[in-house]
Amino acid sequence: MPARAEDFRAEVRQFLAEHLTGEMIAATRDGTIHSPALHRAIADRGWLSGAVPAELGGGGMDPVELCVLLEELQLHQAPADALGVAVVGVSMILEHGNEHLRGAVAPRLMSGEALVCLGYSEPESGSDVAAARTRAVRDGDRWVINGSKMWTTLAHVADYVLLLTRTDPEVPKHRGLTFFVVPLDTAGIEIQAVETMGNERSNATFYDDVLLGDEWRLGEVNDGWTVMKTALKYERGIAGGQFPSPPVIEAAVDWARRARRADGSRPIDDDEVRNKLVRAMIDVEVCRSFAYHTAALASEGAMFGVEGSMTKLFASESYKKHCAWFLDMMGAEGLLTHDDPGAHMDGRIEEHFRHAPVTAIYGGTSEINRNLVAEGWLGLPRSR
Amino acid sequence: MAEAFGDLFAREATAEAVRAAEAGCGFDPDLWRKLAAAGAPQMAVGVADGGGGASLVDLAVVVHEWGRRIAPVPLVEHAVCARLLSDAGNGEPIRELAASVISGDLIATMAPGPIEPDSTARLVPAGAVADVVAARRGDDIVVARSRPPGAARPNTADLPLADRDLSGAETVASGAAAASAWDRALAEWRALMAVAYAGLAGEVLAMGVAYTKQRHQFGVPVGSFQAVQHGLADAATRSEGARLLAFRAVSAVDAGRADGARLASMALLFGAESARFAADRVLQYHGGYGYSAEYDVQLYYRRAAGWLLQLGEPAAEVARLADADLGPKAA
Repeated sequence: MPARAEDFRAEVRQFLAEHLTGEMIAATRDGTIHSPALHRAIADRGWLSGAVPAELGGGGMDPVELCVLLEELQLHQAPADALGVAVVGVSMILEHGNEHLRGAVAPRLMSGEALVCLGYSEPESGSDVAAARTRAVRDGDRWVINGSKMWTTLAHVADYVLLLTRTDPEVPKHRGLTFFVVPLDTAGIEIQAVETMGNERSNATFYDDVLLGDEWRLGEVNDGWTVMKTALKYERGIAGGQFPSPPVIEAAVDWARRARRADGSRPIDDDEVRNKLVRAMIDVEVCRSFAYHTAALASEGAMFGVEGSMTKLFASESYKKHCAWFLDMMGAEGLLTHDDPGAHMDGRIEEHFRHAPVTAIYGGTSEINRNLVAEGWLGLPRSR
Repeated sequence: MAEAFGDLFAREATAEAVRAAEAGCGFDPDLWRKLAAAGAPQMAVGVADGGGGASLVDLAVVVHEWGRRIAPVPLVEHAVCARLLSDAGNGEPIRELAASVISGDLIATMAPGPIEPDSTARLVPAGAVADVVAARRGDDIVVARSRPPGAARPNTADLPLADRDLSGAETVASGAAAASAWDRALAEWRALMAVAYAGLAGEVLAMGVAYTKQRHQFGVPVGSFQAVQHGLADAATRSEGARLLAFRAVSAVDAGRADGARLASMALLFGAESARFAADRVLQYHGGYGYSAEYDVQLYYRRAAGWLLQLGEPAAEVARLADADLGPKAA
């Protein structure tokens, strides 16, 4: 890690000390991992537009600094789910958008004034994202959209959805897709909450004869897969979410020091507990090595792909493992949720235990990432 | 440089050479002479002391190639001990000895474990072939020059492990200076072995990919089955993570950073575990042939276990990390 990145880390920590409050973290208990005030403060600081590549008109922040920013946000449990989505959304719009989208939408997203969410998955298509069936049919200079999307997280607080639609059902699935930026206050859109095991709120969104002008189309007609590939590229560029374990380890160490077993001993003096804590800390250093490496590749201008898959695969799988280890370590106490006044550190480990599974699913499942490593890194034949 | 040494190892440290060394004590004297002539064992010793003046990171790049070929020469032991002697050797007798070590005329190693009351250092890595053995005795670093036994104690990985009598050892450093020099040398050893493990894992994975692409069962390549692909993908992911962590550790140790020893221990543990996992998956996906002596994967499988254990118990390595990060255990 270069020295300038460590200077930047100090700057981020100072920023978080000033802007991130305990109330903001507690407010995420309603299931929405977003704080409007924090989002605006990050944008005002120039870090949202900064994370957008310079060649697209963004701030072109050094990827190593971006990596440090995302690391620190996660280490401090900052509710910043909207940040990564905004960066991807703005990048897609600036790369493929028409004048209308670039002029009316991108600046609002970059300033943090408006939010965007992602409409890729559907009830019948998740990993097979190109199988989307939500229809967009041209009607003069307008489009009529019908269908439904799953996992449109943040839709209930967002202003726009990046919608992947089918415009030609007669051609192979990758060739009949078109993207739209859809204002969520358009008539015919319904948003329904989807409750999750981790208490985070996601949404199903329904589109019933939604009428949209052609100025909201993102990219060429039937060229949606090109736009999708851009989205995946930028998503990997801001490969956040790679440091999920440290808050869990911190809580586990705290518990292991405070708790007393029936024989009066402390768990922290138990070799099995110490072994698991050390193994988890090693995994965190591996995650850090991956993240710094992909950031360094990006700052040299190299395009990485499979490295991003490895990073995400390792981070999410090891995080799940750590949550299970430390939940077990606590025995029955580990089961207490934050609603119980006696729960250790507001039930932090228990909460992470319920959250962890989704990290191996969203943004590319572990199975898809293993396929990508097998094909792209090892050169094994394609299998399905 | 990586390419030049990579070529040398690929040419000389073939699987046949590894097998031939296994018939002896796990050492290939020809390869050692060629490496010494090319300047590898002494490359990371200062120029003023007769070395090549390369950094630890440069050495690590060569060690990666050494690990890839599981080459039967004590490159890491010797290189680390040569650096230790060039730093610690102030007295006249040790200076001469150090010069012979740095030139590669004498092979040197370190005994990671304590010396027994009868002055024996047990199961010393490269002990079968080393002319010079450095060890810890009380608060001192001691060095013994004696005739190597030339025979190893038979072991899983066919490593040149042997017991050595260190009764004639002379003290070369004492007190706090000895402690910090020794700890630094061990950190270098761990970090470099972590890099060697990354080389081993990379090669064993390449073996697994080549075999599963070529081997057909049920009318298709074994490597087209998703169960096989996902096992190899997990192994590749862990091995790449291990490689990145190992080089981070080498850089930190080289720069004398405070977290160097911690990262070196972590990299060694994770590197060993990842390489063993990779060797296990690749052996498994070879089917019965993986278990046969004829295929090379078994050579890698055994060394993946042996390299770590010759440095001590993994649990002791974990305990050291735990003590540093969590504080010592209550009695």
